[in-house]
Amino acid sequence: MSGSRERILGGLRRRLGQPGGDDARRDAVERRLADHPRNPVPARALVPEPERVALFVAMATEAAATVERLPDTAAVADAVADLLASRNLPAAVRTAPDPLLAAVPWHTRPALTVSRGPAGDDDPVSVTGAFAGIAETGTLMLVSGPEHPTTLNFLPDTHIVVLPRRRIVATYEDAWDLLRRRSDAGGSWIPRTVNLVTGPSRTGDIEQTIQLGAHGPRSLHILLVEDADTASAAG
Amino acid sequence: MQPSSRHFPENARRALADDRLRAMLDKSASGFRLRRRMAADRLPEFEALRDRGRDIKDHTLAHLDLYLERFEAQVRAAGGTVHWCADAAGARDAILAICRAAGAKTVTKGKSMIAEEIAINDHLEAHGLVPVETDLGEYIVQLRKEPPSHIIAPAFHVSKEQVAESFRAAHTALDPARPLDEPSALLAEARAMLRRRFHEADVGITGANLLIAETGQTVIVTNEGNGDLTQTLPPVHIVLASIEKVVPTPEDAATVLRLLARSATGQEFSAYTTFSAGPRRAADPDGPRAFHVVLLDNGRSALMDTEFREVLRCIRCGACMNHCPVYGAVGGHAYGWVYPGPLGAVLDPALIGLAEAKHLPNASTFCGRCEEVCPMRIPLPAMMRHWRRREAEQGLQPAVTRRGLALWAWFARRPALYHAAARLAARLLRRLARRSGTLAMLPGAGGWTRHRDLPAPEGRTFRELWAERRTGDGP
Amino acid sequence: MPAVGLFVTCLVDLFRPTVGFAAVRLLEDAGCTVAVPDGQTCCGQPAHNAGERGTARDLARRTIALFEGFDAVVVPSGSCAGMIRVHYPELLADDPEWAPRARRLAARTHELVSYLTDVLGVAAVTARHDGAVTYHDSCSGLRELGIREQPRRLLASVAGLELREMADTGACCGFGGTFCVKYPDISDRMVADKAAAIAATGADTVLAGDLGCLLNIAGKLSRDGSPIAVRHVAEVLSGLAGGTPPIGART
Repeated sequence: MSGSRERILGGLRRRLGQPGGDDARRDAVERRLADHPRNPVPARALVPEPERVALFVAMATEAAATVERLPDTAAVADAVADLLASRNLPAAVRTAPDPLLAAVPWHTRPALTVSRGPAGDDDPVSVTGAFAGIAETGTLMLVSGPEHPTTLNFLPDTHIVVLPRRRIVATYEDAWDLLRRRSDAGGSWIPRTVNLVTGPSRTGDIEQTIQLGAHGPRSLHILLVEDADTASAAG
Repeated sequence: MQPSSRHFPENARRALADDRLRAMLDKSASGFRLRRRMAADRLPEFEALRDRGRDIKDHTLAHLDLYLERFEAQVRAAGGTVHWCADAAGARDAILAICRAAGAKTVTKGKSMIAEEIAINDHLEAHGLVPVETDLGEYIVQLRKEPPSHIIAPAFHVSKEQVAESFRAAHTALDPARPLDEPSALLAEARAMLRRRFHEADVGITGANLLIAETGQTVIVTNEGNGDLTQTLPPVHIVLASIEKVVPTPEDAATVLRLLARSATGQEFSAYTTFSAGPRRAADPDGPRAFHVVLLDNGRSALMDTEFREVLRCIRCGACMNHCPVYGAVGGHAYGWVYPGPLGAVLDPALIGLAEAKHLPNASTFCGRCEEVCPMRIPLPAMMRHWRRREAEQGLQPAVTRRGLALWAWFARRPALYHAAARLAARLLRRLARRSGTLAMLPGAGGWTRHRDLPAPEGRTFRELWAERRTGDGP
Repeated sequence: MPAVGLFVTCLVDLFRPTVGFAAVRLLEDAGCTVAVPDGQTCCGQPAHNAGERGTARDLARRTIALFEGFDAVVVPSGSCAGMIRVHYPELLADDPEWAPRARRLAARTHELVSYLTDVLGVAAVTARHDGAVTYHDSCSGLRELGIREQPRRLLASVAGLELREMADTGACCGFGGTFCVKYPDISDRMVADKAAAIAATGADTVLAGDLGCLLNIAGKLSRDGSPIAVRHVAEVLSGLAGGTPPIGART
């Protein structure tokens, strides 16, 4: 294996390297990685906050997500319970152990069974937070960790995401910036998994006809919360 | 897979005679083209992003050794392992070793063209493992024991009736009375069947659309979410990627990703774009326990100092095949190897040899549509021409072509003879056509007259008539 | 008065001299003096596309030497014009003597309709053509030289002419030089699709700017027994269409 490593890298160096040494190439690489410069971004996302939120909602809706606006986190319990009832879904949700959701008064809807932790196949509905919303394409950035098991994003048929309005940024680059700034006790800002999710699961593999709910959720419902405690997302 | 590219003309003839295939190709390709156009028109920055995407990849390729080293260091820092593999056999061995060490029986797979390139399924099966494709299109072609016919839509060529046949044959527990006429019924059946497989699997193998040097992240893009279940549920996740997939930073990845879905399916963004760095962390409630990246070269680094380097910018969106009239006529299988269409016409000779793949760069009219839509602005027609040059240099052209060209070139260097020959041909063909205006048959021109008449010349050459009208030409 | 060297092209010379005369008339009407240098043969494209760079370079040098004294070189073919404009400079890029000459000639070489409109500013012609036509965009003209609106602009000025666009005007007809004889079955599928798109417009005539495509399309329409007439766009623009039967038509 290490033989292959040297063969590949050696071959590349032979073909790419500079006769006088590779200092200039090394400097170019170090600079690029240290600066991680932005490339051009779509102007449509570079708009003031109300339009940015409107763009997020429009793009997410276009991607077949549904978006519901709520005044605060306290309204989440009713919104979830009502959604399940209106869709004739079982009154049980699997939730992420996210501080953002800790403020949700689930007890006001006693008929709803609420459990916490990673998802299994028996969990028809999940409720999670979101690290960020990205306006340019109506995309959610979901970050793995103790507060957000990844299976919640993929196994349940219905995925409900609580997104504080203040977490909506313009572009992917803005979302990465937020993540880079996140303090992390482990030192590295890089999460194990970052899921960019745009609408529910779909496939076009049978005669290029788009169908929702291929392997992941058939339905993605975003609860856009106007005034939320963003402790979790800002972490 | 075993290449059959040398039989391209016969493969193509068979494909052309298949009416069902034709219907599928027409329908699918035109949909992809329309949606790409709409997505590109909607984003004013699309052309500027193409320029930047090209520049990012050019920069990365020029420093590929250094970016790969950084990528490896970052994967290790995250607790993962990188396996460097110079060729397909090396990659197969590495994957099998990981599976064996994990005591694996079942392996789920996300869509990966590199997996096709190294024929990993056959290798795993030969060693007693059960590989299960989880991308719906890949699953369909796996059941049909076929290779994919398109790099982003593996079952591009398969009708829903054929899918139903395959499911009935393979899913023995399926109630024969259950209707499978609609795509929704087929999807429900596949979803239920594959859900079980995701949980059974001991190892999940995905490809990678990108690797990010700064962070050691591997990136997959899917619409189904199958890749995520493949890599999240089993205890071991193997990422299978070729070396040219690396870009420097997440910001660079963002630029490439803005181009990828729009060029491929015409979506603004695919449903799931997933960045993975290492195995499950100490406090993580789920995720794989082990994370391996199998990095494959397989002839790519050898392209670095050739005229084919730029094909390594390819992000595998499939736009070139969706817009190629030759692909649109014969479909992906006719190309006889993993990468069909204009991309295959450039890449396949590099990976399986020009002797095997020489038809592919020849089977092009140089219409230029592939280059027009390539998000990475790869000069595909020019590269096909380079392969033709190598073919000529290596004496791989058919003797009749070589002799014909040599004879024509001899005349073309001798204006008087060239014109005399043209005068003669003009008269002769006119006379043969008589008053009909066309020739239905002509000895030695069967390639033309098999399907077309040959319009007859007017009878005298322009130069002849011009000379009668004027004299003393010159600047 | 620009001195124009007309590069006739092999196919026009042999198959369709009317196109050459149509080009001369259009150029002279626009105020050019036209010469047809003796000694011209082929631009070298067949060799270039077959990977025979040596032969292609030889023919490129011949053509450059023959035409570099003119103010402009005009070609009634997007494909051959593209060879000189785009491919000569890259073919001879490593030749210190010929590279600058290739670049100079490339800059002065134009496809006929593009020269009339883009360089000379011709906005209208005086020809008349009664009937419905459809226009096929040849690949090299369209994608190598950006010729799309120019012929349509001039056709719009032809009295009596109605333009009916076919579906996917820029789809390749399947000619592709030697492609059509090396892979005749694939080429046939492509030209059959093109012929169907042409027929669907209900036009009585199909026009294009490249004789290769036109021979291919005319041959297919003829084999199918179609009555649709096939002509080079210059024939209609110059008013010479009346004097010569369409390509491949009975006489």
